[in-house]
Amino acid sequence: MRFIDPHIHMSARTTDDYERMAAAGIVALIEPAFWLGQPRTQVGSYIDYLSSLVGWERFRAAQFGIRHYCTIGLNSKEANNEALAEAVMEVLPRYLMKEGVVAVGEIGYDDQTPVEDKYYRAQLALAKEFDMLVQVHTPHRDKKSGTITSMEVAMEMGVAPNRVVIDHNNEETVKDVLDRGFWAAFTIYPNTKMGNERMVEIARKYGSNQIFIDSSADWGVSDPLAVPKTARLMLDRGIPQKDVEALCYGNALKAFGQSGQMKEDHWLKPEPVDQRMLFEGNSVLRGQAPKVGEAPSVDQRAGEVVFK
Amino acid sequence: MTPAQLLEKWLKARLPAEASAWLDKTAQSLKQGADRDFYIAISLVSRKIGKADLNLTPAELAQAQAARAGWDPRDWSLDQAARVYLLLAPEADGETFSRRLDQLCITADIGELVAFYSGLPLYPDQPRHVLRAAEGVRTNIKGVFQAIAHRNPYASEQLPDDPWNQVVLKSLFIGLSLDPIVGLDRRSNPKLARILCDYAHERWSAGRPISPELWRCVGPHAVGDMLADLGRVLEKGTEPERAAAALALASSPDPAATGLLWAYPDLSVAVSENKVSWQAIANPA
Repeated sequence: MRFIDPHIHMSARTTDDYERMAAAGIVALIEPAFWLGQPRTQVGSYIDYLSSLVGWERFRAAQFGIRHYCTIGLNSKEANNEALAEAVMEVLPRYLMKEGVVAVGEIGYDDQTPVEDKYYRAQLALAKEFDMLVQVHTPHRDKKSGTITSMEVAMEMGVAPNRVVIDHNNEETVKDVLDRGFWAAFTIYPNTKMGNERMVEIARKYGSNQIFIDSSADWGVSDPLAVPKTARLMLDRGIPQKDVEALCYGNALKAFGQSGQMKEDHWLKPEPVDQRMLFEGNSVLRGQAPKVGEAPSVDQRAGEVVFK
Repeated sequence: MTPAQLLEKWLKARLPAEASAWLDKTAQSLKQGADRDFYIAISLVSRKIGKADLNLTPAELAQAQAARAGWDPRDWSLDQAARVYLLLAPEADGETFSRRLDQLCITADIGELVAFYSGLPLYPDQPRHVLRAAEGVRTNIKGVFQAIAHRNPYASEQLPDDPWNQVVLKSLFIGLSLDPIVGLDRRSNPKLARILCDYAHERWSAGRPISPELWRCVGPHAVGDMLADLGRVLEKGTEPERAAAALALASSPDPAATGLLWAYPDLSVAVSENKVSWQAIANPA
């Protein structure tokens, strides 16, 4: 089985993680621009971070045979620093059209302040101007109402629901998201966000339309194998394989593939220039025969498959 | 024809009508455009033009050499050619050009960096870009480094000895062949030879293999202890290493080198009859 992790912050992860992800069948990932735990105070550190998402991190991923994409945006937490936010808004257009940038993201609300609202709207306008998809981070606190506001504002700004991924859903938000025609992403995360046993139940209840999962692994306690592990749990608990494949690969590709920047060919038969420059002529990616029907292999270091 | 005219001609012969029209229109508008439009246009190239190989014919490669000595775009892709073409389109003076190039490099993705560095020999006011080239040599991304090191005359023409020596040493470090480095033999120097011998000793201590191409830059400056290193390779090396050591000794200015080589009649004959070459060592069958 092949997997896509459509939300993972690889800059915060080690090469061990890349090795385990590749071994578990992850062929592509999307790294959203977000905050670093420690707030940035200068636009310069923002610029270097965004450059690393389209440069160094993409190269690093390729060394392990994984195709790296990213989303570019001003996150909601740092939007609250208005001086910084203004300067970041100024540079964002220089990144949006880079190769492999699949959406404006992750943007949205954190504390749901008026300033967050201002820059969420400004970035939705940018997405419209550049004809881009949007990846929305929904707030941890006051989640349900924040999620609904995120969608209403997107529609008010004239962004079509099928061009927007609403991330970090849970049982309480999923129905509102699906009913409105947005993509619903679920972050499988130990302790906070979603456990994967709950995700199995959501898959039973809502099926596999418009839904996909991600790890959102970052610098906190999180697991870069959340997608393959959850796939295995779903198969073990009787979710049909075609649904598991849609939830863990196909739907993320459909959603972000609308950008034209993410194509299955990129990992199944890369352009010669990518073979030379990114994969150094090795056939790591091309050599990967599809293992349809096989459960994902999660290596021994991976630990528990179940996330409570 | 100028390099910019050649790039335009090659691209137009290969691009579909829509992409070609976009390139035309963009090149025109950049002649007066603001910096912001310039940066966005350069990023848009991979979306509008695609990344297929440029695949120049031998006649086109000869045109490149005629337009700019040492320019060898045989490995270029379409987006790479289009980006360099757009960089040149506004026909900016050196100062404006390098201000924009610095900005572009700050926010560049990998494909852009490769294009910007491979275009170095075509930019106005050549000496102005020395620090940019030296910065590129410091990259950790192999393809970006290769854009400067391989088939690009800029480094050998403009870099002072120290950054030049880094180009050669780093190529060996990251497993790139030395043969495609333009000006490799002309720019060999005693300090580089000493650095390379030290590097060989480190590799020997670690029990790691050494590229036989290393000795190419040692030979012309091999004197004293360096001859002992070459003698060691002749005695214990693999066949390609022994051929390399023989070639290196043949280029050494030290009279003792001749005697050392003569101790191995098969190799001396191979060298004098041109049966071994650096090209063959770099490209084993």
